[in-house]
Amino acid sequence: MSVSTTSHRVEFQDRAKKALQDASLQRALAKARGGFVDHRQDAIDALPEFDAIRDAARDIKNHVLANLDGYLELYEQQVIENGGQVHWARDAEEACQIIAGICKDAEAKTVTKGKSMVSEEMHLNPVLEEAGITVVETDLGEYIVQLAGETPSHIIAPAVHKTREQITDLFHEHHSPLGYTDRVTQREALVNEARSVLRERFVSADVGITGANFLVAETGANVIVTNEGNGDLTSCLPRVHIVTAGIEKIVPSLDDLSVLLRVLARSATGQEFSAYTSLYSGPRRPGDMEGPEAYHVVLLDNGRSRLLGGQYQPMLRCIRCGACLNHCPVYGSIGGHAYGWVYSGPMGSVLTPLLNGFDQSLDLPNACTLNGRCKEVCPVRIPLSDLLLKHRVEQHERRLSPGFGRFLLGAWAWLACRPRLYQGVMALPLRVMHMLGRRRGSLTWLPGASGWTGSRDFPAPARRSFMRQWRSRKVRS
Amino acid sequence: MTETQIDSPIKVGLFVTCLADLMRPQVAFAAVALLERAGCRVRVPRAQSCCGQPALNSGDRASTMNIAKGVIRAFSNDDYVVVPSGSCADTLINKYPDLFRHDVKWAGRAQDLADKTFELTTFLVERLGVELEQVSYPGVCAYHDSCSGLRELAIHQQPRALLQQVQGLSLREVDDGSACCGFGGLFSVKYPDLSGRIVGDKCAQIAQTEADTVLGGDLGCLLNIAGRLRREGSDLKVFHVAEVLAGMTDGPAIGEAESEDKA
Repeated sequence: MSVSTTSHRVEFQDRAKKALQDASLQRALAKARGGFVDHRQDAIDALPEFDAIRDAARDIKNHVLANLDGYLELYEQQVIENGGQVHWARDAEEACQIIAGICKDAEAKTVTKGKSMVSEEMHLNPVLEEAGITVVETDLGEYIVQLAGETPSHIIAPAVHKTREQITDLFHEHHSPLGYTDRVTQREALVNEARSVLRERFVSADVGITGANFLVAETGANVIVTNEGNGDLTSCLPRVHIVTAGIEKIVPSLDDLSVLLRVLARSATGQEFSAYTSLYSGPRRPGDMEGPEAYHVVLLDNGRSRLLGGQYQPMLRCIRCGACLNHCPVYGSIGGHAYGWVYSGPMGSVLTPLLNGFDQSLDLPNACTLNGRCKEVCPVRIPLSDLLLKHRVEQHERRLSPGFGRFLLGAWAWLACRPRLYQGVMALPLRVMHMLGRRRGSLTWLPGASGWTGSRDFPAPARRSFMRQWRSRKVRS
Repeated sequence: MTETQIDSPIKVGLFVTCLADLMRPQVAFAAVALLERAGCRVRVPRAQSCCGQPALNSGDRASTMNIAKGVIRAFSNDDYVVVPSGSCADTLINKYPDLFRHDVKWAGRAQDLADKTFELTTFLVERLGVELEQVSYPGVCAYHDSCSGLRELAIHQQPRALLQQVQGLSLREVDDGSACCGFGGLFSVKYPDLSGRIVGDKCAQIAQTEADTVLGGDLGCLLNIAGRLRREGSDLKVFHVAEVLAGMTDGPAIGEAESEDKA
């Protein structure tokens, strides 16, 4: 155990360090950061009742989670009534097998995908590719990431870590063989070229796989929200439509849906509404102009039901808006890939240990300043920083945190409970540090905290502590 | 509890905080001066060291509760407890009651302490309605709002209201001012690369205000910011808000060399 936890710790720290030194990544992150924050603020300033809507959104999700079994069954009944099928997947592997099976039955050669973080969670693409199927991501960001052979680095902006120059290179490399030999560099030209390439793929796909922002229990509809319309082309054009979603995506009714939609886009991109909000309820009915012949919903548990009724249940309220990532100073410094799994930022740091195992991600809950901005901006009021602290408590109680750190902390805490002794013991190091730092006013190197002094000075302490000075003042007076 | 009465001064216990105690005693002296000038009788119990945040934020609840019990005992006879730090005040006000939620013996005592504990600027503005005596600071100041104070205790207007009474002082707001400075207690030592990067961003935004002084209400953040500014060779001065309000800015600022070297 200790070996694997140590190596995981080193892995995160290494990835973070590399990310900090990656000039392209830093340029891309710097460009993205302010935009998300400012746009969200503008959208919220324009809606005085935003906080009340957030409360309502939280209450709806809490109600669903308290009655999840009933709503899931209701949802399943509605999907079946609409002519679709619901498949229950305990874990990622089972979900991949179900989806691969549906694709095989449909004799699919090409699959288009709308953006689905759940399919990233289950590592679906390699499974389909192994089965000889061509998989095409159709969300522009996901498409870029796929061309680069990478994974999304942000739940709503998958390619936020890429600069325009990098995208230009990728498109030139991958589109030249298709006849797009001009090297396009401007934003609009890049989008048009991707649109043109993807258009072919939409038309020729046998199966379309989308995620779901919400699943409406009373109607059996899945709801997808996009700004590109790719989700609609993925849902409607192929013969078979497969929806992948976590079991927590349920909302009871269309009224509830409208409440959640009002907080989603504002929190995510600062839009009042995304460009496309689409509800799909099943396969094509007699007389319908378009739509798939078959409609499947694959509902993934993958550890979610374990969280029900426990201290981390609020995490299941998450609607994947990305606001916590956009407001997190750690995410803003290193981007999503350093987190090591599909979910990043504060929501990822809470969720990854819960779904993947505590000892696999010991660093994530600790690599946080507990500044609370994530909690402040969450549209469904998930106390993210409090949940990260609960992780730390659990790590401490299960003795997963590093032994030497625990020893030092224990020794310090023992001393802190004995103030008179503490004041005496602290006097000597204080005096030494004061002497060393007196000339400059600060120390450029500090034993035991060389990390701190690697990037900043350590201001020199006073010669004598306040408590000592106060006592002599009192004695004198 | 008695409100302001001329013949019976308000009894205030000062929770010094470990950083003011060890790193910047002048912050605690400034707090004492401000409270005494406002007519309070200030007591500094000897039985105090730290509020326990390093243990709390490391997930060590048992150690934190041991430390907390000492703090609760030390201040049990004071009318009020005043803390020159938003983050330590938040620990006493919000975290202690939560820690002892299921403890029959201590829950009530933790809540009593929470109910009478105030962050310094909040106490001066909201409890005492202080009007500062003649105090001046000729400078352009950027105020850094610390995260716990801002988000858990809604400390934002209080220090600004007081600083407006300081002659010669003008205030500038930092762009994206509610963003963290990257201190995070032990975070700054456990993840120094991340912490250093975040404080670098913060200092760049502070520099954009063209202020000559950075003020704040939490020494953790101020040590972090001052340390970074020193490393960058910046001549921005860093003070705790209490030092400015008490007129104790003649000596070196945080991280600054003593004046004999400057002269």
